[in-house]
Amino acid sequence: MLLQLIFTTEPASAGVAAEPRTLAELEEGRQAVIEALEAPPDLARRLMELGFVPGSSVITVRRAPGGDPRVFRIDGSEIALRLETAALIRLRPSGGA
Amino acid sequence: MAECPAQPRSAETAPPPRRPPVRRHRTVAIVGPPNSGKSTLFNRLTGVRQKVANYPGVTVEQRVGRLRQAHDQEVDLIDLPGVYSLEPRSEDEQVAHDVLKGRMPGVRRPDAVILILDSTNLARHLLLAAPVLSLGLPTLVVLNMADALRDRGGEVDTAALARQLGAPVVLVSAARGEGLEPVLEFLTGELGVPRPVELPVIQDVPKCREWAVRIGARAGYRPPAPPVWTHRLDAVFLHPVAGPLVFAAVVVAVFQTIFSGARPLMEGVEVLIERSGAWVAAALPESPFRDLLVEGVWGGVGSVVVFLPQILLLFLFIGILEDSGYLARAAVIADRTMARVGLQGKSFIPLLSAYACAVPAIMATRTIENKRDRIATILIAPFMTCSARLPVYTLIIAAFIPERPLIGNLLGTRAAAMLGLYVLGFLAAVMTARLLKSSILKSERTPFLLELPPYRWPTLRSLGLRLYDRAWLFLRRAGTVILTAAIVLWVLAHLPLVDGAAPPIEASVAGTIGRLIEPVIEPLGFNWKIGIGLVTSLAAREVIVGTLGTIYGIEGDENSMGLREALQQDLTPAGAVALLIFFAFAMQCISTLAVVRRETGGWRWPLAQFAYMGALAYAGAFVAYRLVSAWTA
Ligand SMILES: Nc1nc2c(ncn2[C@@H]2O[C@H](COP(=O)(O)OP(=O)(O)OP(=O)(O)O)[C@@H](O)[C@H]2O)c(=O)[nH]1
Ligand SMILES: [Mg+2]
Repeated sequence: MLLQLIFTTEPASAGVAAEPRTLAELEEGRQAVIEALEAPPDLARRLMELGFVPGSSVITVRRAPGGDPRVFRIDGSEIALRLETAALIRLRPSGGA
Repeated sequence: MAECPAQPRSAETAPPPRRPPVRRHRTVAIVGPPNSGKSTLFNRLTGVRQKVANYPGVTVEQRVGRLRQAHDQEVDLIDLPGVYSLEPRSEDEQVAHDVLKGRMPGVRRPDAVILILDSTNLARHLLLAAPVLSLGLPTLVVLNMADALRDRGGEVDTAALARQLGAPVVLVSAARGEGLEPVLEFLTGELGVPRPVELPVIQDVPKCREWAVRIGARAGYRPPAPPVWTHRLDAVFLHPVAGPLVFAAVVVAVFQTIFSGARPLMEGVEVLIERSGAWVAAALPESPFRDLLVEGVWGGVGSVVVFLPQILLLFLFIGILEDSGYLARAAVIADRTMARVGLQGKSFIPLLSAYACAVPAIMATRTIENKRDRIATILIAPFMTCSARLPVYTLIIAAFIPERPLIGNLLGTRAAAMLGLYVLGFLAAVMTARLLKSSILKSERTPFLLELPPYRWPTLRSLGLRLYDRAWLFLRRAGTVILTAAIVLWVLAHLPLVDGAAPPIEASVAGTIGRLIEPVIEPLGFNWKIGIGLVTSLAAREVIVGTLGTIYGIEGDENSMGLREALQQDLTPAGAVALLIFFAFAMQCISTLAVVRRETGGWRWPLAQFAYMGALAYAGAFVAYRLVSAWTA
């Protein structure tokens, strides 16, 4: 079972989900582009230093047991954030919708 | 400068300088983002053994070391805590900032800077180049982890990057010691101020970021492929079901190994100590000095040294956790629990390292930005079961709990009892945190941001060095604190002389002190001998084991009884449980009190902490004694 766990790829997202508005809504394995940070200035700065800069693309890599915090890949590194923080990161609409 | 003549000479008559006009002494600071390999490089160059581990925030204070291969140039290197920018937010970032700006008392202002960046993460790490280059100090840019970059198919043109940054750039692997010659040349050679082609306004992070991307592109930077194994392992370790299960399984295995796996080694050490004690006793003529040596030193220090293998095993496990990168994942898993008591996952890292020792753990709280969270974490850290409690627990458990299998061969009763004590300490910590965070240390929820490093193989060398350092520290403590305590106790147990002979131990100075406190501890089921042990264990917890070893050595008929058997005669099972509970809660460690005073800037917190933990220990032991007495009666 363990081996199976190791080698299965990220789960395919179920069906067509509504367009995610913030990073907290971005499903596992999906990618999006950051539009803006709606966090207080100090927190926004720290997020940007970790790579969460408007215009960068970000992927939700994994959810910790219990769904929170989540691990995001940005710029080749993986960062864990709580949902409440991820909800402050607005995503760029992907056009079509 | 000592050769400077007192009278200025005119230019024409001055003899040519014998040495190139460089300053003979130079201080160079190593700056970089967390976990980029600063301490690894520092250790390579200086031969110092700073702690290195695979999670951000290992180094929390500056450390100065002298360059090993110094030619005629003395170079002092400063290892600094990691920073993401030059705007400090936490205590450790403040340290790096102050040293760089020459504002740290007792540390020279650096003459030059080594900026170390992780080459597998260059786009993001280049962000730090902007503020560092703006300092205007001569700078060498070191791109570290060349091995990982190569293995994962990344690329960078160092010459092009050097042109962009206007500063020398080298690609190295600090861990493997590859490519370090240019670093040495920089440290001992001529220094030049960096002349970058362009620099962004450093306050504007998005602009800095654009700049970093542009510079990276011009230097032909191709980021490496994401680490495959890290994803595979995280799929298990962070899996909603498998993750916590694996965690629990690992913990159980660790306890069982510490308890039963270490046994043969410990018995070996025990035999060695017994034999050598007997040999010394036989080799020396009958004298008080011989008794002191045999009863005080062998009985006292020896009974603590027996636990060395066990403690090393514990440190081996902690080392594997820290070096592999699992620790950061554990912090992610723990964040939800920590949030419930008002703290965050970052507090979990110091708490985990408190399983080794509370002192470095309290230092490690410097990475917590929120001041109140930091104080709360400092206050609860000593509840975590540190390695000094291990000898006490092992001794009492081995004396009072019979070994029976619980879950087949996986977990026995003794290991389970030990695990229970660890859980008890953790619960006490968590409840106290909750209490503090809902009252005097209330604050807004602070965000949790943690970078997860890729998993790395712990190297035999680094694990070996950790164990070696640990063993050395343990033996040094045995040779100082524990030895002193044993000798003082032995002398006090032989005074005052009655007709030139030592009194029975009950009537000695030590015995009198013990009897004096006996009424206070009697409700907990402890007699005066345990009382003496509690007094000496105020210096350090494991001293109680040495103290009991000495007392029984003096009392016993030529050491006929082992420490365990002697304890069984002195403590009821209820008293034994009470003693375990007492040690789980009480703050018996002078070094911890001292470091809490230093880190909180006063006596207020350490004294409150001492009183609180003491009261909890007393109350807990009292209740335990009553309950178990009633149950076993
Ligand atoms: N593969 C590889 N790993 C390295 C290299 N240099 C350092 N490491 C590893 O990177 C991790 C971090 O190294 P440290 O030296 O502790 O990093 P640091 O910059 O001092 O970290 P902080 O003190 O937390 O800021 C450790 O696990 C090292 O073994 C390298 O050249 N290659
Ligand atoms: Mg370090």
